[in-house]
Amino acid sequence: MTFTPDIQAFCCHYTSQQTIAEGREGLKEDGLPANVTLNRVVCTGKLQVSTLLKAFEEGADGVYVVGCPADQCHNIKGSQRAAKRVNAIKKALAELAVEPERIEMFHLERGFHPEFVEAAQLMNKRITDLGPSPFKGEAK
Amino acid sequence: MIIADRKPVDEILGMVSDAKKILVLGCRGCVTVCSAGGEREVEILASLIRLGMLKQGKKIETIEGTLVRQCDKEYIDGIDEWDGQYDAIVSMACGVGVNFIANLRPTTKVYPAVNTSFFGGSADQGVWMEQCAGCGNCVLHLTGGLCPVARCAKSLMNGPCGGSVNGRCEIHPDVECIWQSIHDRLGRIGNAEAMNAIAPIRDWSTAGHGGPRKTLRDDLTI
Repeated sequence: MTFTPDIQAFCCHYTSQQTIAEGREGLKEDGLPANVTLNRVVCTGKLQVSTLLKAFEEGADGVYVVGCPADQCHNIKGSQRAAKRVNAIKKALAELAVEPERIEMFHLERGFHPEFVEAAQLMNKRITDLGPSPFKGEAK
Repeated sequence: MIIADRKPVDEILGMVSDAKKILVLGCRGCVTVCSAGGEREVEILASLIRLGMLKQGKKIETIEGTLVRQCDKEYIDGIDEWDGQYDAIVSMACGVGVNFIANLRPTTKVYPAVNTSFFGGSADQGVWMEQCAGCGNCVLHLTGGLCPVARCAKSLMNGPCGGSVNGRCEIHPDVECIWQSIHDRLGRIGNAEAMNAIAPIRDWSTAGHGGPRKTLRDDLTI
């Protein structure tokens, strides 16, 4: 049985400019997997731990965050803060005996660059290999 | 303030494994300031508990609430708002809050979500350091304002000991020798001779060794 993961990406305004310029169709042509949902935020530093956890609660098999290079964030430390929060969730997932690699932080250049799509492909492959989220078991 | 750390999620899940509905209850006091049990942490823990239960194939309902304080009778009454809506309370307050709920709601199940660690202050963003041991017999006027009870690994009253090396404590290079700091500071404030005074054998009965402590202020009681 084939498994298509639900992947939620949270990208900052600056690293995801491609999404505006090319639109969903353009990105698809570039190779962005159709099962990756892009959630654009003004800055990844604005993302709360609870927002990312909510994505898992709502059925995501994998979650990732794309922010500016750690030392070149448009908002100085936004992407560093996001990386710390992603790490906090990795730790919490490990406490729940869930693979921490179901969530990841990517620091990418701003503007147009192939790495934006590559991050999505990497997560798609990783989560497909891991299988469905352990949180999706039928609740009694 | 009181510094606390959230317990591991699996430990908390073990406490509520039989519950169907829980109230995750934060406190706007110390644990909000040290980011262990305020409104934001309540939201995160509730989500983690739901996820943890889902992983076990169970479903749990969570109510999220935060009281002004959990260490005062009148604020504990705030939990009546959720009466009948939960099987157990998971308190994110310090141990005082958990005790207060247990004292005042004799039939309510209440569990601690944090480990209450120490009395401290914020040394840097995200870093808290122990500064006071609550020993009930303050000697800060003799030690330049730096506490040997809380900040000396041996709680020495006549330091430093032989384990003091270059201002560091022998237990770890990251730990300052507070007696070295006391010495240096007393010198800076023109009170170096205070180091010559020998502190007498200390009566630790005020430090909790004589049982639970109590303060009664007759001028405030009614």
